[in-house]
Amino acid sequence: MTGPELLGNLGQLLGAKIKARTEFRGETTFSIDASDLREVARLCRDDFSFDYLIDITSIDNFGEDPRFAIVYELYSLTLAVHLRLKLTVAEEIGAVDTVSDIWPSANWHEREIYDMMGIRFNNHPDLRRILMWDGYPYFPLRKEFPVEGLPSDMPDVAFSASAPLEGGPFVTRPSTATAKDREPRARRPEVRE
Amino acid sequence: MRETRPAAYDSKIEGNVVFTRLDAAMNWMRKNSLWPMPMGLACCAIELMATASARFDISRFGAEVMRFSPRQCDVMIVAGTDTYKMALAVKRIYEQMPEPKWVIAMGACASSGGMYRSYAVLQGIDQLLPVDVYISGCPPRPEALLEGLMKLQDKISGERSFVAQKRELVRDLDGVMA
Repeated sequence: MTGPELLGNLGQLLGAKIKARTEFRGETTFSIDASDLREVARLCRDDFSFDYLIDITSIDNFGEDPRFAIVYELYSLTLAVHLRLKLTVAEEIGAVDTVSDIWPSANWHEREIYDMMGIRFNNHPDLRRILMWDGYPYFPLRKEFPVEGLPSDMPDVAFSASAPLEGGPFVTRPSTATAKDREPRARRPEVRE
Repeated sequence: MRETRPAAYDSKIEGNVVFTRLDAAMNWMRKNSLWPMPMGLACCAIELMATASARFDISRFGAEVMRFSPRQCDVMIVAGTDTYKMALAVKRIYEQMPEPKWVIAMGACASSGGMYRSYAVLQGIDQLLPVDVYISGCPPRPEALLEGLMKLQDKISGERSFVAQKRELVRDLDGVMA
């Protein structure tokens, strides 16, 4: 079987587990239920040769329900095809099953999502923060977290403070003007041009 | 009473004796053997390494002895982005350095946080350590680091080293004089 044939057949092979299928510029995305994740992941790895988990990322759709989305980027080294799995996580649930026993590389990716977005992974072998220190009280990539940060203090471990934003986020003006006019400068968020 | 004799011309020691102030001698020794603590945290450390290698040759200024034990260092060169996670470790290494000690903030990040107006980055190492020399640039050229080092040497030349080191002795001497 070639890669495009596999992608064509996957819809039938996985059947009702696929809630939606998106094609965009030759990239295939399947939306699945969080409860089907482990079954689909195991099928993808064992039966459909997706032996390489490239990345796991998370999205915060703040103000929508369900709030979070998690994206799994799969690749088949034998057939050279790419597949994307997407699922949503409601804020009040805030957890999905781990796939770190299926693809060991998921271990640190899931730790990063926990660290930055605060989504927990059931049965993860070592769900600690990976970038921020243990005891940091916030999840910095959530939408409600301010870009300049919030003060915190863990005695003898680390502290943090709000960065001075001098009136707004730093924005580059795209233009053909000189570097003096192009370069990033503080611009108040309410100012629209 | 001890007899003091003015220094007179003596052909046996001619050329072997130099008269100077104690401060000047101490400062001269200190500024020409500044052993750096290479606190390489990001890309500035690459320029720091370039400064140490043959083309720019920091050993012309007596600062080639990069020591990876803080107890053997005189000047901490903070080269790169200091995150909050690293901040207290940098401070602890600085505190392990013996006096007298100096700090060079190399590059935009170490001086002010640089382009990282962020929840994760300390906005300048001077929030934790007393910085003697700030070097602009992102990253600075090796020449800029050498210029900063020479600025620090100039600063050391003007220090009152003896008084700073032997406060009690100087106080006692003042008492005797008064």
